[in-house]
Amino acid sequence: MEVNVENKFVVQNLNLFYKDVQALRSISMEIMKQQITALIGPSGCGKTTFLRVLNRMNDLIEGVRIDGTVLLDDQDIFGPDVDVVNLRKRVGMVFQRPNPFPMSVYDNVAYGPRIHGQKNKSQLDQIVEKSLRSAALWDEVSNRLFKSALGLSGGQQQRLCIARLLAVEPEVVLMDEPTSALDPLSTLKIEELLRDLKNHYTIVIVTHNMQQAARVSDSTAFFLNGDMVEFGPTETLFTRPKDQRTEDYITGRFG
Amino acid sequence: MNSNRLSNTVATVILWASGFFIVGLLVFFLAYILGQGFKVLSLDFVFGPASQGGVGPQLFNTFYILVLSLLYSVPIGVGAGIYLAEYAKPSRLTNLVRLSTECLATVPSIVLGLFGLIIFVNVLGLGFTILGGAAALALLNLPVLVRVTEEALRTVPHAHREGSLALGSTQWQTIRRVVLPSSILGLITGITLVSGRAIGEAAILVFTAGTSVSRHYPDFNPLVAGETLAVHLWYVRGEPLVANADAVAAGSAALLVLVVLFFNLAIGLPARIYQRRLRGSN
Amino acid sequence: MSNRQLNSQLAYDKLFRYIFIISAVMVSFVIFSIIIFVSKQGLQTFQDISFWEFHTGTIWNPPVQFGAVPFIVGSVSVTLLAIALGGPLGLAGAIFMAKVAPPWVREIMRPATDLFVGIPSVVYGWVGLTVFLPIISKYTSGPGFGLFLAGVILAIMILPTVISISEDALRAVPKSLEAGSYALGATRWQTIYRVLIPASLPGLVTALILGMARAIGETMAVAMVIGNSPQLAGSLFGPTATLTTEIILSMGQTPFGSPWNNALFYMAFTLLMISLSMILLIKFVVNRRLVNEQ
Repeated sequence: MEVNVENKFVVQNLNLFYKDVQALRSISMEIMKQQITALIGPSGCGKTTFLRVLNRMNDLIEGVRIDGTVLLDDQDIFGPDVDVVNLRKRVGMVFQRPNPFPMSVYDNVAYGPRIHGQKNKSQLDQIVEKSLRSAALWDEVSNRLFKSALGLSGGQQQRLCIARLLAVEPEVVLMDEPTSALDPLSTLKIEELLRDLKNHYTIVIVTHNMQQAARVSDSTAFFLNGDMVEFGPTETLFTRPKDQRTEDYITGRFG
Repeated sequence: MNSNRLSNTVATVILWASGFFIVGLLVFFLAYILGQGFKVLSLDFVFGPASQGGVGPQLFNTFYILVLSLLYSVPIGVGAGIYLAEYAKPSRLTNLVRLSTECLATVPSIVLGLFGLIIFVNVLGLGFTILGGAAALALLNLPVLVRVTEEALRTVPHAHREGSLALGSTQWQTIRRVVLPSSILGLITGITLVSGRAIGEAAILVFTAGTSVSRHYPDFNPLVAGETLAVHLWYVRGEPLVANADAVAAGSAALLVLVVLFFNLAIGLPARIYQRRLRGSN
Repeated sequence: MSNRQLNSQLAYDKLFRYIFIISAVMVSFVIFSIIIFVSKQGLQTFQDISFWEFHTGTIWNPPVQFGAVPFIVGSVSVTLLAIALGGPLGLAGAIFMAKVAPPWVREIMRPATDLFVGIPSVVYGWVGLTVFLPIISKYTSGPGFGLFLAGVILAIMILPTVISISEDALRAVPKSLEAGSYALGATRWQTIYRVLIPASLPGLVTALILGMARAIGETMAVAMVIGNSPQLAGSLFGPTATLTTEIILSMGQTPFGSPWNNALFYMAFTLLMISLSMILLIKFVVNRRLVNEQ
């Protein structure tokens, strides 16, 4: 397989303020295509805030101000001609707690294609099945597609949310601590899924679980108090960190 | 994609238009009512006796009946609210009380008026009285008071109660010294809300407090008939014999709205703002 | 603390517990008394009047004919008209307040809708008479009193009920569902009508039902503008009467215990049953469905 080392995101000198508080300080980093990039750090360090910059979910929060540039395929996502709805279609997000809509499994997965204009029933059927298979959920739900998604277990719900996202065919998948609310077995399933998905998607995952970052990611960024302290290949960062603070964090001295 | 953006824009425009229409409607109502009323309102009109074309006795009766009705309904309503917020465990009684409150809240006011008519006029034989009107009006206030009390008490964090109980307080001491003081503003706001509604109520009072006023003014006797301002506005509309019916109606309408505005702005709003500040600082 | 003090505290505790329980029971006692007294008085109607005639007759000419259909149809018509006009506007206002309006606009609208509740019903009636009546009269070249005017006034009166309950329902939808929809590239409107409205549907239906309950029980404003003619409205703009308006206008002219008077109590009983069944509908059908879905 061809190893792809192109940039997907290029972040330059990004600052983010929430009202008067600076939550992110001059972050610069490159996120590679078809790799898994993990963002780690203690809670409140800005890693989730940074993740939400990448598909402009912070736009929904009042009092957030951003400067700096974020290029997605060489285009500034804060540029005047960028349509935020279109951006989010390309850069989808999975949240900390599974958030299936209160409708059937099928309707959850078909939600994205439908809002983007897909009306053809057999096409929708195909998309739903394909997405559920990609999220390794098809075998478990194929016999209850038309029952409420709220009846699924937490782990199933989270994979449903992933399937729902894949149905939109995004280029980038952002994940905000996607396994923090799940049991170990479901966590394992989602980690396996991530390794499969990376062949087609660029994935950025926020996690407070360092083992998880070490297990699944190619690159890791360590955040602390709004600064990005260190960023590099996962293996290097976890075995030979350059910064003392990274060393302290990964050896469990705080956090 | 384009059609999505178009429908989003159209919907946004419609929603903004609805919002503006609703606020515009209110502004129009207030401007019209007060504008018409200010041509008529004078000290003589507001406080003067009926013989001089004033509505003083009606204004007096309005407040007198309001105060009496609160005397009936506040103890029971607040008591029931305290029961639901502090004592009630899931049980049949609790469900029944909750259902009763909701039912009572939707009973049309004319039905409450007829109930008052049966009890006070026919069973007790008192005729149309301020007392009977106030009691019937209390039924309108009651369910709202139960609800606002329960809501106000529920905003008090559970930890405060545990803190007090852990010091060996009885439940009543906890309620009196911890829960009620920290929810008192919510209660006041609730009572203002109830008062504003009760002041404008007419259907309940026509057949309980009647449509005539005492010859004395002010008359504190609760066993005489007492027409309120809202009932007066209703009454002059149907009586071509009343002199200047139009002016009296316009003046009464404006006065009613002013009283309600006063309740909302002078009592309700400061309490609400203060409460928000209190919560914000925590 | 001495033993005596402790005992007196415990006695107080017990005393107040009973006081609160009694207060709560009083509320139930009140609603049951209302049902019993009003039904007892109202059901005496059928000692003198045929049950069949009352419910199917269209001619109200007491003390000879007691066909109450015009009032029943009148009440139902003004209610449907009110909800048809006020329901969509109220829902749109609620969506606007909950999801579209910037905070400062919301800060204006919240107390504004509270003030709508504060305007007394007689004042609504009076504004209807002095402002809306001449307009309708001009455009229909009729007297202006009637079904349509009553429906318009009621539509305005039920706005605060519809707005506040449906706004609460919309706000109760977890933020995460909204975020989930935006993260799939949905527009705000798509998120509102495909996720928020379905998720808050029981609350929205409750808001509309309570709006209708308010409309059907409203008396003063309707009586001032509907024309009070005890006949079926010939047209949308024709004068008619409702259960509530007939009660308020005839109660004072009929001796207590007479068939006509009893019939008015039976109308009140009918209204009572309608509003109680609306509450039961909300509690046991609308909200039960919500529970089953989750």
